[in-house]
Amino acid sequence: MLNAEKRKTLFLLIPIVLILVGYVLYPSIETLLESFKRNGAMTLQNYIDFFGPKAQSNLEALWNSVYISLLSVLLSACIGIPLAFIFTRYDFPGRSFFSGIAIMPIVLPSLVGVMAFMWLYGEVGLVPSAIRDIFGLEEVPFSIGGVSGILIVHAYTMYPYFYMTVSSALNNVDPSLEESAANLGSSRFGVFWKVTFPLLTPALVAASLLVFMVSMASFSAPFLLAGGYRVLSLQIYFSKINGNLEMAATQSVILSIISISFLLFMRWFQGRKDYRMGTKGIGAHRSEVSNPLLKWIMVSLGVVAMIVLLLPHVVLAILSFVPEGSWTWQTYPTSFNFENYRLLFEDPNIWDPVRNSLFMAFVACLGCFVFGMITSYALVKRKFIGKNLLDILVMIPWALPATVVGMNLILAFNKETPFSFGQVLVGTYWILPLAYFVRFIPLVVRSTSAVLEQLDDSIEEAAQSLGAKWFYTFRRVVLPIIMPGVLSGTLLAFVQAVGEFPTSVLLYTLDNRPISIEIMNQLRLFNLGQAAAFGMIQVGLIAIVMIISYKFFGVKSENTL
Amino acid sequence: MSSVTLSNITKRFGNFTAVKDLDLVIEEGEFFTFLGPSGCGKTTTLRMIAGFYYPSEGKVKFNEKDMTTVSPENRNTGMVFQNYALFPHMTVYENVAFGLKVRKKKKAEIKKRVEDVLEKVRLKPFIDRQVSQLSGGQQQRVALARALVIEPDILLLDEPLSNLDARLRDEMRNEILRLQREYGITTIYVTHDQVEALTMSDRIAVFNVGNCQQIGTPTEIYNQPVNDFVAEFIGETNLLDVDWKEDKEEFYSEGLNKSIAVIPPEPEMSEGPLKMSIRPEAIQVSEEELSGPNVFLGNVQLVQFTGEAVHSFIAIHESDVTLKVTDLNKGPSTYLKENAQVYVQLPPSQVRVVPKAKKE
Repeated sequence: MLNAEKRKTLFLLIPIVLILVGYVLYPSIETLLESFKRNGAMTLQNYIDFFGPKAQSNLEALWNSVYISLLSVLLSACIGIPLAFIFTRYDFPGRSFFSGIAIMPIVLPSLVGVMAFMWLYGEVGLVPSAIRDIFGLEEVPFSIGGVSGILIVHAYTMYPYFYMTVSSALNNVDPSLEESAANLGSSRFGVFWKVTFPLLTPALVAASLLVFMVSMASFSAPFLLAGGYRVLSLQIYFSKINGNLEMAATQSVILSIISISFLLFMRWFQGRKDYRMGTKGIGAHRSEVSNPLLKWIMVSLGVVAMIVLLLPHVVLAILSFVPEGSWTWQTYPTSFNFENYRLLFEDPNIWDPVRNSLFMAFVACLGCFVFGMITSYALVKRKFIGKNLLDILVMIPWALPATVVGMNLILAFNKETPFSFGQVLVGTYWILPLAYFVRFIPLVVRSTSAVLEQLDDSIEEAAQSLGAKWFYTFRRVVLPIIMPGVLSGTLLAFVQAVGEFPTSVLLYTLDNRPISIEIMNQLRLFNLGQAAAFGMIQVGLIAIVMIISYKFFGVKSENTL
Repeated sequence: MSSVTLSNITKRFGNFTAVKDLDLVIEEGEFFTFLGPSGCGKTTTLRMIAGFYYPSEGKVKFNEKDMTTVSPENRNTGMVFQNYALFPHMTVYENVAFGLKVRKKKKAEIKKRVEDVLEKVRLKPFIDRQVSQLSGGQQQRVALARALVIEPDILLLDEPLSNLDARLRDEMRNEILRLQREYGITTIYVTHDQVEALTMSDRIAVFNVGNCQQIGTPTEIYNQPVNDFVAEFIGETNLLDVDWKEDKEEFYSEGLNKSIAVIPPEPEMSEGPLKMSIRPEAIQVSEEELSGPNVFLGNVQLVQFTGEAVHSFIAIHESDVTLKVTDLNKGPSTYLKENAQVYVQLPPSQVRVVPKAKKE
C-alpha cells in the first residue's frame, strides 16, 4: 500500500535518483564500457595493454602513485600528529595563534600551492638562490622537483588532515580516562601507549585513508613537478590529450576501483563504533609549559614553522606585484607595481577567467545547495529500500579522483544523451559547471547531514501534530534549522570550485576557461606576475568565504574534511 | 473535546509486535494514563493516537469518527514530547503561535490567544525570549502552551516530566493537572513513573510487553491489582508463591511453610500458578506477641529511615522469606531495633492472591 508518507518519499527520491543516475552513475558506466572497447569492438585488449609487458609505463605509473601516496601518508602523519599533540596538550605563549596558522595550507588551492613551491624551492627558486648568494656558493644547495617535490608539496598540503582529525579526537578523549589509568598505577608512557593511542586509532586510520585517497588523486603537484615521473592521475590526462580515449577510460577504471574500494573500506571502518566515548568530550586539559628554556624553544620553533607555512602565501603576494616582462633572466624580481591588478579590471581577456570562475562556481553551488539539501533530507529522515546504495552513490564523486570525474563526463557527454537534453555537452560552456556540480555534491550532503542528524525527529512531528503540512514544516521548521549546515557546505564547495584544476584542465574551452586554466597559461608564457595575481585572487576569495562561514555560521575548519 | 476508542489495535514492526490486541475507551474530558516500564508499547500506542504510526490492525476512533489512517496534521491533537521538541530557531511567541499560523488565524487573534495561554502557564514575561534561554521547567510550559493554544480535541503527553528534577516534577504535576481541569481536555498521559500515574489520573492502563494488563482508577490498580506484574510495578509489595489446596480449601505458602488466611477465602482464578501480595504498610509489627491468623515470628535485619517513613526488613524464622514493612515516622522511640525479635501479622483482608502474569 502506498500511504501518504511513502508517496512523499517517492516524490523526493525521483529527482535525486534521476540526477545521480544521469550525472554520476551513467558517466561511470560509460567509462567502464569504453574501457572494454578497441576500435568499436568489445575486447579486453586495453587491460591486457595496461598490465601486460607492452606498456610498462602504465603499471609503473600505478606503482608510482601507490608509492607516493604511502610516503605522503607517512610524511603528513609525522608532521600532523606531533603538532596536534603539542597544540592540544601544552600551553605556551601564542599557542592559539600558532594553531590557527597551522591550517593555513588549506586556503591555498592545489595549483597555486604547487606554483608557490616552485618559485620558492625550485631550481631557480628564491630560497635556494638566496642561500647560494648569501654563502657565495657555486651552485644552488638544493632544489625540489620530481618525486621529492611532489612529496614535499603533499606533506605541506595534506598534513592538516592529520592535524585536524587527531586534534579533534584528542579533544574528545575524556581526561578522566587517562587520569584513571594513572590512578591505577600506569606510567606516563604507559598511559599514552595503552590508553590514549588506542583511542586515537580511529582518527589515525581515517586520516591515513583520506590522505592516501587525496594523494592518489593528486593532479596539480605531478602536473607541474613530475617531469618524466609517471603517476596514474597524470597518465589519464596524457592519454586523453593524445586522443587515446580508450586507454584513458581503462586507466580511469583502475583508479576508480582503488578509490571506491577505499571509500567502501572507510564506510565500513566508520560504521564500527566500538570506540565511542562513554561521556561527552569534556575538553582537553593542557599542561602549562613552565620550564622557561623549553617554553622559548617551543615558541621559536613555532615562529620558524609559521614562516615556513606562510612563505608560499607571502611569495605569492609579492610576486603578484611583478609586472609582465620585468623578471626574465634576473635571479630576483626587480620592479613591483599594481600593473597586474590594474589589467585585471581593464583587460577583458584577463578579467574573463575571473568572471567565468565566479559564475560557474556560483551556478554549480546553487545546484549543490538545492540538490544537497533534498538528498541529505531524504537520506537522513526518510526510510526507503536501497538507502545504503543511494548513500554510496552520493559519495562516489567524493571518492573518485577529479581526473576520473572529468573523464567520465567526457565519455558520457561527447554524444547526445537524454541527460543532456539531446545535446553534446563536451566543448560547450556548461560542461564545466556540471563537472563542478557533480564533484561537490558530497560536500554539501555531508555537511547538511551532520546537522540533520542532530535534529530530533520529534521537532518535525511536533510541527505536524500542530497541523502543519509536510512542505510547510520543511520550509518553516527544518530548513531554518539546517541552514547553517547547508550553507557552510555550499560555501566550501564554492571555495573548491573556484580553485578546481584537474576537471577544468580536461573540460575547459576558450569561452569558459576559469582562473586555474589562465594561471597555467600565464605560467607557460612565463608571465609569473600575472599568474601570481590570479592566485592571489583565488586565495582572497577562499579567505573571504572561510571567514564568512566561520563568523556567521560557526563553521570550524575541521568540518571541511 | 473527544472520546477516544481503540478497538483491537495491533502494531507490528517487522517481526516485533509492539502492541497486541488493545481495546480501550477513553471518555471525554478524562485524564487517562498509560503506565508501564520502557518498551511496553505505551508510547507506540500514544503515537498511533497522534497519527505518527498507523496500526497494523484495528481501528482508532475519535468520538465516532474513524481516524485510523488520518495523517497527524489533520487530527487536531496537541502533543507534548519528552524532549519538548520546541523549535530552536523561534522565540516563545513564535513557538506558541505556530499552530495558529498554520490554521491561518488572523494576526490579532493569534496575538490574543498566545498571550492568554502564556498567561495561563505563567510565562507572559518571557514571551520574546529565545527558547534556548529558558530553564527546563519553562521550556516544558512552552511546550504545554503550544499544544493547548490550538484547542486540541485531545492532549497527548509523552513522559513530559522525565527530564525535570524531582522538585520541579512535583510542581509541574500540579500545573498540568490544573491546566487540564481548566481546559477540560481529554488527556492521555504516558509515563513510567507510578507516582505521577497515581496522583494525576482519573484512570490508568498498565502495560507490559505490548499487552494492557489492567485498566482502572488509581485506587483499583493499587488495591486490587489483577496480577503480580501490576502489584509489583505499582507501589512496593511483598510477593510470595502460594498454592490453592483443593482438599483443605485453603492457601498454602511453601516459603512460609504455613497456610495463609485470606479474605475473600477463594481464588478468583484457580488455573495456573498463584502469588500472594501484601503491601509493606499493611503488615502489622509488634514486639509483643500478636494473636489471630497469619502471625509469624521474625528478626529485624535492617532498618531504613527515609524521612517520612521507616522501612524495616524482617527475616521470618524457619524460612527464606524476608518481608518489607513500612511505617510512617512517628518518632525515634517507635523504630525497631536491628536484630530484635518481632511478631508480624499479615491481616487477611489485606492479603491479595493474584495469578502469576504470563511471561512472554
